[in-house]
Amino acid sequence: MPTTASPPAMAGTSRRSGTLYIGDPGMWSWVAHRITGVLTFFFLFVHVLDTALVRVSPSAYNAVIETYKTPLVALLEVGLVGAVLYHALNGIRVMLVDFWSKGPRYQRPMLWGLIGVWVLVMVPGAFFMLQRAATELFGGH
Amino acid sequence: MTETLTLDKPRSPRRPAARRSNFELYSWLFMRLSGLALVVLVLGHLFIMNILDGGVHRIDFAFVAGRWASPFWQFWDLSMLWLAQLHGGNGLRTIIDDYARKDTTRFWLKILLYVSMAIILVLGTMVIFTFDPNIAT
Repeated sequence: MPTTASPPAMAGTSRRSGTLYIGDPGMWSWVAHRITGVLTFFFLFVHVLDTALVRVSPSAYNAVIETYKTPLVALLEVGLVGAVLYHALNGIRVMLVDFWSKGPRYQRPMLWGLIGVWVLVMVPGAFFMLQRAATELFGGH
Repeated sequence: MTETLTLDKPRSPRRPAARRSNFELYSWLFMRLSGLALVVLVLGHLFIMNILDGGVHRIDFAFVAGRWASPFWQFWDLSMLWLAQLHGGNGLRTIIDDYARKDTTRFWLKILLYVSMAIILVLGTMVIFTFDPNIAT
């Protein structure tokens, strides 16, 4: 009978029966918090070095800052702002879970809330950050 | 006649208290307190530098000189540098503890972390305090 034979044959082929742990959204919020934190820390290292060029000469500093104004790096800056904003909003959520008596109960709605705030801030933020780059790349008016 | 009572170490009344430090408690608390300050400091910094009034396109040496002429922004940047470096360094310390499998790997990754933190803190502090707007002349 095909109906009795099919379940064992399907085992392992279905994505739901695989070994990948899908996890709770709370776990992924923690993973994203780590990744955005590490990326920001590495950027901070580079950023203090580039700013230190003001002690070398104005032209050395200006030359490096010019690379921050190129379209590709402008896109990376949107990524940096997005990473820092997520880390900040989720950090506030972590503090509310730790210190607010109702925090643990509302941890999941707070996660959806912070994602909503993130989108609301990033849409206009990305617009202002990429406006110049888009004009340069595609020619504006 | 007094008889002194002697007990073996485990049951001795003068057993020294377990030697534990509260370092991890303070580091946990520091992450939350510094994080609260950094929300204002860093998001304010990103908004001013990347979004407001043309964003990164208006930044050059003269712009930095104009900002650091004010003690307010010097203090802002100095506190942001120290809090962000200690907050991020402490976060990376936790990550190294979590993922390094061998003690030697953990040791050397932490040495690398602490050296880089020291370099950035000393260099950044020095730059803010010794900034010279007339360096070219």
